[in-house]
Amino acid sequence: MVSTPARVAARAVDDLRAPRGRTRRERAFAALLVAASAVALVVLGVLVVDVLVDGLGRLNLSLLTSYTSRFAERTGFRAGITGTISLMVLVALFAFPLGLGAAVYLEEFAPRTRFNRFVEANINNLAGVPSVVYGLLGSAVFVHVLGFGRSLLSGALTLSLLVLPVIIVAAREALRAVPQSIRAAGLALGATPLQTVVHQVIPAALPGALTGTILALSRAIGETAPLLVVGALFSRRADSEPWFPLEAFSALPVQIYQYIGYPQEEFQVGVASAGIIVLLVLLLGMNSVAIVLRARYARRW
Amino acid sequence: MEAADTVRVAEPTPAPQTTASTPAPPVVLSARNVTISYGGVPAIRDVTMDIHQHEITALIGPSGCGKSTLLRAFNRTNDLIPGATMRGTITYWGQDLYDKRVDPVEVRRRIGMVFQKPNPFPKSIRDNILFGPKVTGLDVDPDEIVESSLRRAALWDEVKDKLDQSAYSLSGGQQQRLCIARAIAVGPDVILMDEPCSALDPVATARIEDLMRELARQYTIVIVTHNMQQAARVSDRCAFFTTEVATDEGGDRRSGRLIEYDLTDTIFKNPSDPRTEDYVTGRFG
Amino acid sequence: MTSAAQAPAPRTGADAPERTVQLRPARPRYGERVVLALLRLCGVVSIATTVGIVVVLFVDASAFFRVPEITLRGFLTGTEWWPYAGAESGRFGILPLLSATLMVTAIAVVTAVPLGLATAAFLSDYAPPRVRTVVKPVLELLAGIPTVVLGWFALTFVTPLLRALLGVEVVQVFNVASAGLVMGVMIVPTVASLSEDAMSAVPQDLRLAAYGLGATKRTVVTQVVVPAALSGIVGAVILAVGRAIGETMIVAVAAGNLANLTGNPFEQAQTMTAYIVQAVSGEAPRGSLTYQSIFAVGSLLFLITFGLNVLAQRFVRRFREVY
Repeated sequence: MVSTPARVAARAVDDLRAPRGRTRRERAFAALLVAASAVALVVLGVLVVDVLVDGLGRLNLSLLTSYTSRFAERTGFRAGITGTISLMVLVALFAFPLGLGAAVYLEEFAPRTRFNRFVEANINNLAGVPSVVYGLLGSAVFVHVLGFGRSLLSGALTLSLLVLPVIIVAAREALRAVPQSIRAAGLALGATPLQTVVHQVIPAALPGALTGTILALSRAIGETAPLLVVGALFSRRADSEPWFPLEAFSALPVQIYQYIGYPQEEFQVGVASAGIIVLLVLLLGMNSVAIVLRARYARRW
Repeated sequence: MEAADTVRVAEPTPAPQTTASTPAPPVVLSARNVTISYGGVPAIRDVTMDIHQHEITALIGPSGCGKSTLLRAFNRTNDLIPGATMRGTITYWGQDLYDKRVDPVEVRRRIGMVFQKPNPFPKSIRDNILFGPKVTGLDVDPDEIVESSLRRAALWDEVKDKLDQSAYSLSGGQQQRLCIARAIAVGPDVILMDEPCSALDPVATARIEDLMRELARQYTIVIVTHNMQQAARVSDRCAFFTTEVATDEGGDRRSGRLIEYDLTDTIFKNPSDPRTEDYVTGRFG
Repeated sequence: MTSAAQAPAPRTGADAPERTVQLRPARPRYGERVVLALLRLCGVVSIATTVGIVVVLFVDASAFFRVPEITLRGFLTGTEWWPYAGAESGRFGILPLLSATLMVTAIAVVTAVPLGLATAAFLSDYAPPRVRTVVKPVLELLAGIPTVVLGWFALTFVTPLLRALLGVEVVQVFNVASAGLVMGVMIVPTVASLSEDAMSAVPQDLRLAAYGLGATKRTVVTQVVVPAALSGIVGAVILAVGRAIGETMIVAVAAGNLANLTGNPFEQAQTMTAYIVQAVSGEAPRGSLTYQSIFAVGSLLFLITFGLNVLAQRFVRRFREVY
């Protein structure tokens, strides 16, 4: 079938425009995708506005500096804030070195054996274990077997185990981003692999690993369930500060959870949302630090 | 009386001066002063040439002179590349291909493309061929179109017993012929080929070259190739491109230019421009 | 004239001083070995964690099942859950908790998968780069909201909304639907981010081939990109299901703490995770049946989520192998 010029030309005249309805269908589909993408963002916006509307009124200095009280006007989050900050510090102290060490071992030194691949898969699976289960683990091991009791230490160790897989993954990525040429240069100068890693690779990977750790920590701070299982208290007597790690402890999300459970609206809506604002501000602060860190130290190889 | 919104059909442009005595076939695609830039930097400048029906037109020249860029412009694939802009006109059977009313999807149904690296879909051989007709809404008998496309691509005998196997189970040369069959199944007018044999071994290359001559009887073919001997073997007309420093737009950026465009015989045996002669005799490039 | 300092004569083989350079054998670097051993210990902590979880859960769970009145079949098929009254008069059928978990998860997944996939398709093939740089961080932000906050939102905003829309008699104050919807939105970033990774990994070649045949963008996305990215997408959905099943605070706050075997999402019901949290805050003495039931439920929860995770990894890995 050889098409003559006239026949083909005639066919071509109005044929190059889109058939009826196609442009409309394409645009409708694109609009559908945009709308769906917007849903999550809109919900986030509504949530933030709702929290602010309910909580800003109740937010004042006394809320941050008072201990809990039966009276809605006099109660405060001091115990929870102190607890959360203490937890954060302890978790950073435990989880970061441990996670970085594990990442360094797995990424730089571990031979590619079946056992090590099993370890890697295991880390990925641990990241998906529900946080309550970590609470049960922490309760059994730290609270009872090791005898630390329902203390800040138990809570911090439990949360450390929870975030460890995330930190390991983030640190490994940071290590992987360091070019191989750096390691080769170190070895060529006569350094041992360990010296090269410690003096060259880790410093180069440190900003990335730190950023990932801070982000992991900010997730840990919002965790409530494991702390409830380990035995965080709702209120803490106004005794000594800072808290000795083996003492009973509280945490901000735990207090928020308890206040939500109160039937009175001043607690359930007002106080709880004010506490949520504090928690979100804390998270926002940590995330900002992480972002600034990432931006300032991002190296272009 | 023409309706106001139909596109006016221009007369076919006259063929370039040739020494052959037979008149040139009608012009299918025509480029006039085409300059294509990426992010403001011209990749190829001021191209004027005609593609004739049922001929194999080869775009040859060293790397980096915009041949593939020009090829992509013929079926509006450059639209899909962010930052690509074009000045000048390209017409198809006299119609401005880049007219606002023209739908690029309709363009690509009529002007198909085969790529350098074979890229079959991760589906069966049969489903690869049927994809085109399915999405363009062609009313065809599935078995018939699969067989006729594969026969025309000289692949039928090799795969007729395994049409339901994955396309990835074929060799590189077979995959490329499958991609040609896939392009044919849509019933195009023109087939653009961007270095279709460069990823294949010599035996597979030879088979595809034979195929091209067969295909030209029914379709119009434009091929970009680095392989001069291939251009000499296979094409009716050759367009030779090379890079030049652009003087008129300031700075000294190199961009591609069409140096000479003529019957293949003439280009290889009696080129007018010394640069053409240097290239085809292997002195550079 | 001689200069005070003469350049040293070049050394030749003949008159070079008698000095042999020996490559000393490697020094045993003990310090290094200690450090390496410490590092290896870090790497093994993860294994210890998994072993710890398994041991802790199954030791108490097996004690639970050794009680004569309690059988595995009774546990898995029983329809009443009242573990507070001892072996004789207590009821230990997990179905109310399990069905609540599954119902919440189903609502969450049905919400999250279409939204997440649409977002992923938008980000990978439609959105201009500037929009991407805005949307992706916002999704990350959503993923970082503590779940207790989301639970509060479900209880104080979504539930009243549902009650206003559908009637106060229809929707209870604590209900599964609110929790499920909010949980769905919580999971959208997971589904969207992983699916978008999968879609972006589909080679541009395939898209160009389809465009070259005259396919529209909608066709390319739905009939080429999504099928090619399918195992990655399935892996993302399975991971999202696992997260929904293991989620605690949203349901503890908004879905209620009353074990209730029902198909009506507007009633309250207690999920497995909510039960665990409620039971540990009660004063059940260690070693009591109630206490052990916590670990039985925890074991089932762990098995389900671990299984889902393994399955998801397999899909994600299969996807990576293809490309």
